Amino acid sequence: MSGAPGPAENLADGAASAGLDAHLVVVRDTNRRDSGGHGEFRLDLRLRVAPGETVALLGPNGAGKTTALRALAGLEPISEGHVILNGAPLDRPGRRGWVPPEQRRIGVVFQDYLLFPHLNAVDNVAFGPRRRGRGRAEARALAAGWLGRVGMEGFGKRRPGQLSGGQAQRVALARALATEPALLLLDEPLSALDARTRLDTRVELHRHLAGHEGAAVLVTHDPVDALMLADRLVVVEDGRAVQEGDAESVTARPRTDYIARLVGLNLYRGKAEGHQVHLSSRPEGSGRADPRETDLGEHAVGEPLTLTAADSLDGQAFAAFAPSSVALYLSRPEGSPRNTWLAMVSGVHRHGDNLRVQLAGPIAAAADVTPAAAAQLGLEPGQEVWATVKATEIRVYPA
Amino acid sequence: MTMNAISATRTRRRRRIPAALLVPAVIGLAFLILPLAGLLARTPWTELPARLAEPEMLAALRLSLITATAATALSLLFGVPIAWLLARGDFPGRSVLRALVTVPLVLPPVVGGVALLLVFGRNGIVGSWLYERFDITIPFSTTAVVLAMTFVSMPFLIVSVEGSLRGADLRFEEAAATLGAGRWTVFTHVTLPMVAPGVLAGAVLCWARALGEFGATITFAGNFPGRTQTMPLAVYLALQTDLEAAIVLSLILLAVSVIVLASLRDRWTATP
Repeated sequence: MSGAPGPAENLADGAASAGLDAHLVVVRDTNRRDSGGHGEFRLDLRLRVAPGETVALLGPNGAGKTTALRALAGLEPISEGHVILNGAPLDRPGRRGWVPPEQRRIGVVFQDYLLFPHLNAVDNVAFGPRRRGRGRAEARALAAGWLGRVGMEGFGKRRPGQLSGGQAQRVALARALATEPALLLLDEPLSALDARTRLDTRVELHRHLAGHEGAAVLVTHDPVDALMLADRLVVVEDGRAVQEGDAESVTARPRTDYIARLVGLNLYRGKAEGHQVHLSSRPEGSGRADPRETDLGEHAVGEPLTLTAADSLDGQAFAAFAPSSVALYLSRPEGSPRNTWLAMVSGVHRHGDNLRVQLAGPIAAAADVTPAAAAQLGLEPGQEVWATVKATEIRVYPA
Repeated sequence: MTMNAISATRTRRRRRIPAALLVPAVIGLAFLILPLAGLLARTPWTELPARLAEPEMLAALRLSLITATAATALSLLFGVPIAWLLARGDFPGRSVLRALVTVPLVLPPVVGGVALLLVFGRNGIVGSWLYERFDITIPFSTTAVVLAMTFVSMPFLIVSVEGSLRGADLRFEEAAATLGAGRWTVFTHVTLPMVAPGVLAGAVLCWARALGEFGATITFAGNFPGRTQTMPLAVYLALQTDLEAAIVLSLILLAVSVIVLASLRDRWTATP
């Protein structure tokens, strides 16, 4: 299917640009993988990363993030598109351009590090420099330097089996950086660590990423890792980029249920007319701030709700508000705010210092209430409550 | 040591063994162990040093060690690449090839010897060419001993190495590739070191099998003292004239077998 390149593939302008310019198309039979029932998985992702920039591919498991990383590293060929690094084409299926992984200037930190078990830490790190033509002593000295930079001096003689998870992660990072890659790829670099090590390692990793002169692509399903380590986020779902931007814009204006859930916002899709947003009766982003509560019951279908927001917009739009901005009442509030609806409590659980109340009704929503308020309301599943949100608390932005 | 102690404790805690299993098991064990005990019982321990120093004995021992080692070297040289092909290759007929390679495992060694004779004999396909072209005669030479041993024992190495290669995690090889290692370097610097235990086990097994080789050797190489008479052949010959010599030779082979088993105990005898 790698026919003539379309206009997007025209490389005349992009060819000389620094950093990574990639359009990854990978088509694969999913029958052997976790059966999504599709029969075919298609990754179609455009990615540009400037030198010195760190981009996080954030998405749920099975979204295609790791496939994208493997395609960049040359461990998996792409079926269409291109991979261009610092102006040099690495993979262009239509034009017979293929550079094998060992000739790409790309360093990879693998999810479970994959340190060679038969080599000690120094020789693991020296492996790359050795393959790229350095002498044994020179490579070892270089490796020792990198181990020092990641805070692992004195551990050079240790075998990977004698290193803790956090230490192995650092050695893996040193090993990838020691080849001075133009592009650094990190596959879930912190997911194998326990919570405490993770915190320290994340700070360390951030420092090294900031110091790395090449481009970096980080794959993670953890929003905290993505937000703290990356300059820019690309949210990948089902093989496609569904949202892109810096941490602030992505978290403030989620465009998918997945992100809304990650950042804890109620998200709805609808049609905006000025200050009014007519929500779809069964919203696409069904606005569950917590994935545990999904049972909407018969209350799910009702009158389509119209929200009033302070922002003004026309056309297809998203409306988002935080669970903390929802107020609950037992009876319809007096002089009622405009955004008021009758909802049914479908679940209550602790959320930090507060209680998070799952609401079914015309829209599924999450509301945060203080324990005191909850006691006063006597909240329990099945109970009907009035929910209100101030217009100023609702963010509306184009879909 | 502690591991053994723990597993022993565990065994004791298991349910009692039914007699219908225990009785045949004990009889079978006796059948396996008694002959070896008998061999030890009949060994002329006092004469042993003098017996071992006899020139025919030393010649057979020396020849056996040299040829078995040479056969192991040949098996490594050709067997490891074959194992790699079988484990990693992606070509039609791979399963057929695997079956063919393992045929010598089940083939009666004498048949192997006959087959070798037909190919490498003076009238054989390869043998006649070698003879006419280079004036080389292989049958009934030390080379023939090595070839016979290699033919019979290489499959042991191949099977062992192939198993290790299949078990090896390919992602380490990918990691090596991203660090700049080409395919050959990946093989020598990552794959081979990681499957080294399997290669070693295969080589030891192969060597032990070569050392015990009898049928193919006597068919293809004959029984000439100092040239093709290896230990098993010497045992067989001695049995007809000098029982004590046969016992001493057998004892040596038994000792070697036990040492090999001991060195492989984790890989070969450990329960999965």
